[in-house]
Amino acid sequence: MSNKEQQQEYAKKIKPLQPKPPYFINCLKAYLVGGLICVIGEALMKFYMTYFNFNEETAGNPTAATLILIAALLTGIGVYDKIGQFGGAGSAVPVTGFANAVTSAALEHKSEGIVLGIATNLFKLAGSVIVFGAVAAYIFGMIRYAFKTLM
Amino acid sequence: MKLQGRQTWKFGSEVYLNSTGTAVGPMESEGPLGALFDVRYNDLHCNEKNWELAERRLMEDSIASCLSKAKLTNDDINFFLAGDLLNQVVTANYVARGNEIPFLGIFGACSTSMESLAVGAALVDGGFAQRVVAAVSSHNATAERQFRYPTEYGGQKPDTATFTVTGAGAALISNEPSPIRITSATIGRVQDLGIKDPFDMGSAMAPAAADTIMTHLKETGMAAEDYDLIVTGDLSGVGAPIVKMLLKEKGIDVSNNHRDCGLMVYRPDQEVFAGGSGCGCSAVVTYGHLVKELMSGSLKRILVIATGALLNPTMIQQKESIPTIAHAVALEGIKGGSN
Repeated sequence: MSNKEQQQEYAKKIKPLQPKPPYFINCLKAYLVGGLICVIGEALMKFYMTYFNFNEETAGNPTAATLILIAALLTGIGVYDKIGQFGGAGSAVPVTGFANAVTSAALEHKSEGIVLGIATNLFKLAGSVIVFGAVAAYIFGMIRYAFKTLM
Repeated sequence: MKLQGRQTWKFGSEVYLNSTGTAVGPMESEGPLGALFDVRYNDLHCNEKNWELAERRLMEDSIASCLSKAKLTNDDINFFLAGDLLNQVVTANYVARGNEIPFLGIFGACSTSMESLAVGAALVDGGFAQRVVAAVSSHNATAERQFRYPTEYGGQKPDTATFTVTGAGAALISNEPSPIRITSATIGRVQDLGIKDPFDMGSAMAPAAADTIMTHLKETGMAAEDYDLIVTGDLSGVGAPIVKMLLKEKGIDVSNNHRDCGLMVYRPDQEVFAGGSGCGCSAVVTYGHLVKELMSGSLKRILVIATGALLNPTMIQQKESIPTIAHAVALEGIKGGSN
């Protein structure tokens, strides 16, 4: 086992030989892909408000559902992982990224059966999002409630 | 004494690489060496129901074509040494269940190709076996599932990541003369210089490759120029320049005769990040391409160093670094089929 000094020396030595992550280009791509997903979402929202009697508050639900459906289909036909490689955080952060995480896990574990394969592994990747989403919602809900009662 | 120095085996003149077989998936078929592989699938599922079965099919195909070239059947083989990247080396286990050859499962991550070849050659040289089949396999989708994410998950990978080769290679080792001799092997030591990024295995494995190459040259008394080619397994575009730099520091210049299987198996314009990896990578390039060059005489003497990242996802999550290893096997072409 090497010691800390050797490790630091090696890390320093190989640095010039390692490709640098293109942070700026990645940010730009993420901005474009994430922005495009939001534009599609906005268009869907307008569509539901114009043709299906939803208002600004209620149109969010069918919009999210449609985006999830599209992302799940794109995952199934093997396109979403390519969008993900291009867009990075831009396609991972929106609800479509969540849909991709769930659908890809389901597809992957189909071979182990419906219960122990799909059901057990469905939230393997997305589970942490749900856990921290619920925890954050609870904490901020309590803060808001405290402010409301005190003010 | 067949042991030279501390960790190098010098085989007698009676150890030969008699025949090889390879089977690959679609990306490898489209690569620059595509036409040289024995069995080629244009579907990643290899006509099977799931990824694990697909990998098993590849290993079975590679063995079948290896044995059919030598006009032998499973019953003619004393021992089957095999390994792959999956937990409990399942691909090898299930293939061994089918072929009923006495079996030793081997795991050395991507170094398993040369590990099994070296151990097989030692068994033959020691008189413990007459014929040994050494086989390895890897599959892009089974490796993704085992070590990373579901195949269709849209996570972004950095440019230092490698792309697991979908392929299997098998080799027949015996004491019956053939155009290729296995002359020596150097067993590597586990090296770890603190790399923790599983998407940068080239940087993690380069020190192991450099250590094994240096030790091999020292213990055999050879110079780097004595080999027509010094081929590393899967250091890729990131690790290959690092190993050259590490060797140069020790006064060994391989800038003219070093190649990396991970860079040979795909075209630069194929979307494989830094290059190919997996035990199938060094196996299909060595058994599909390099042995043909040795047989034709365009290469006389080569050293293949299969590099393995002994990676485990749980250990990585526990913030451990990646231990790596490299094993070297020297092959020599003999014109005319015997010496």
